[in-house]
Amino acid sequence: MTTAEFEIAVSDDARKTPVRVALVQEDARPSVQLYEDECVMTFPHLVVRELIALIAASFALVLLALAFDAPLEQVADPLRTPNPAKAPWYFLGLQELLHYYPPLVSGVIMPALVVVALVVVPYFEVNLRREPFWERDREHKLIWVGAVTVVLCGIFLFTGAHPVWPVIVPTLVLASLMVLPAIQGAEAPWLHWLGIRSLAFWGFTWFLASVCTLTLVGVFFRGPGWAFTLPWIDGVY
Amino acid sequence: MSNHLQSHAAESGAPLVSDIRPVSHVSRFVNSVVRHGFPDTTRNRSLAVFTNFFLHIHPVKVRVEAMKFTRTFYLGGLTAVMFGILTATGVLLMFYYHPSVPRAYEDMKDLEFVVSAGVFLRNLHRWGAHAMVTLAFLHMVRVFFAGAYRPPREFNWVIGVGLFLVTILLSYTGYLLPWDQLAYWAVTVGTNMARALPVGGDELSFVLLGGNQIDENTLVRFYVLHCVVLPIALAGGVAVHIWRVRKDGGLYIPPAERAQVVRAAPAQTGAHVTSETEVSA
Repeated sequence: MTTAEFEIAVSDDARKTPVRVALVQEDARPSVQLYEDECVMTFPHLVVRELIALIAASFALVLLALAFDAPLEQVADPLRTPNPAKAPWYFLGLQELLHYYPPLVSGVIMPALVVVALVVVPYFEVNLRREPFWERDREHKLIWVGAVTVVLCGIFLFTGAHPVWPVIVPTLVLASLMVLPAIQGAEAPWLHWLGIRSLAFWGFTWFLASVCTLTLVGVFFRGPGWAFTLPWIDGVY
Repeated sequence: MSNHLQSHAAESGAPLVSDIRPVSHVSRFVNSVVRHGFPDTTRNRSLAVFTNFFLHIHPVKVRVEAMKFTRTFYLGGLTAVMFGILTATGVLLMFYYHPSVPRAYEDMKDLEFVVSAGVFLRNLHRWGAHAMVTLAFLHMVRVFFAGAYRPPREFNWVIGVGLFLVTILLSYTGYLLPWDQLAYWAVTVGTNMARALPVGGDELSFVLLGGNQIDENTLVRFYVLHCVVLPIALAGGVAVHIWRVRKDGGLYIPPAERAQVVRAAPAQTGAHVTSETEVSA
């Protein structure tokens, strides 16, 4: 097993336990760690779980398809524009933005920025170190969070044709949740949980909350002429 | 049964009676399809995974941690399940569908009133499509919060973003095919956005629509994109996506959540060689 230079661990039976040998250079050595993960055989343990997941998902979809019919309206007529004309639901966040910004901004620049931001996430090592945001420099960071919140709200209040409430409201809610553990102290478990979140967590959660709010408003709260409606009074358009 | 015995014989090296006795044509056929014994031994269970084309996306052993439902909610896998269901129901729908005006819409009415279980078929496809978009998005959110794009997995995240966009395009091109008011105007809203592109917006819109407005040409283009181009792109992308997960050591588990038993030896000797069972490669 051991020589002067090498230490090699080899299984008795290579057919049953394939081994991978890692040669670690001297200068890289101290960071090497080995994990002893508890493992089970893929067959049957994982295969059975996958099968159950597949059957459960199929069953749920069948129930859905039995309970609700896909919509079908009148035959397409280019001369008769419905009011409102709505895109598929996953584009209604964008269509909601179209209400505030010209198509170049809401239909091209903003979605392009989102895609670029998503693509570069791993290359800037976002959300990898996960340093709790409030760990150090609390006073400075409070000022920064306040400033960024004011700037964001300012942008979304004044740059659009109307104040972009579906972004401003989640921004304010999340900023409040973010600073709460820093000024309140973090005794309650949920406050403690919020207090040890990283900056990346807050950034992505802000993006998620804005996208979801924009989409929900577009789906449920917009009627003829893209006017604000209440779904429980006017129904869903 | 003879299959079972044979595998034991192969393991022990001693010939059994069943090896000598001629086996039936049926069991010869079965043995030629499933080329391992009954999976009740570790060896045969290993063979069941790595001699199977469909299961070879998995290693022979998996981490218990990686298998936990609450870690991933199986969101990526369920997205793939939806893609499978959509492919199957989509092919059936193609049997009844003509991408022309006004036949496309009449085919929808036929599905509703003439074809057996036609409404059910269309419902499955429609709700499955919404489910796939939702699941793919949730999968992306889960992966972000897990930080599972840590090197060397960066590019697989990029592939994932691309797959999400292809999923959106698949759903969007399918949206037009029923050729009802809902389809027509929803797609109009979207293609008007393409026109807002400062450079080449009108050209892009012209290529996508096959003209200056949505008409029969658009229907054919969206049909071909929806049924041929985008599904092939998605299937290829998914294959690479899953292959890379496998090559990068399976499902990502944060180091803090893994049991760490050995620290590499201290610095006295020169190079240091360690071994690791191939659960992750």
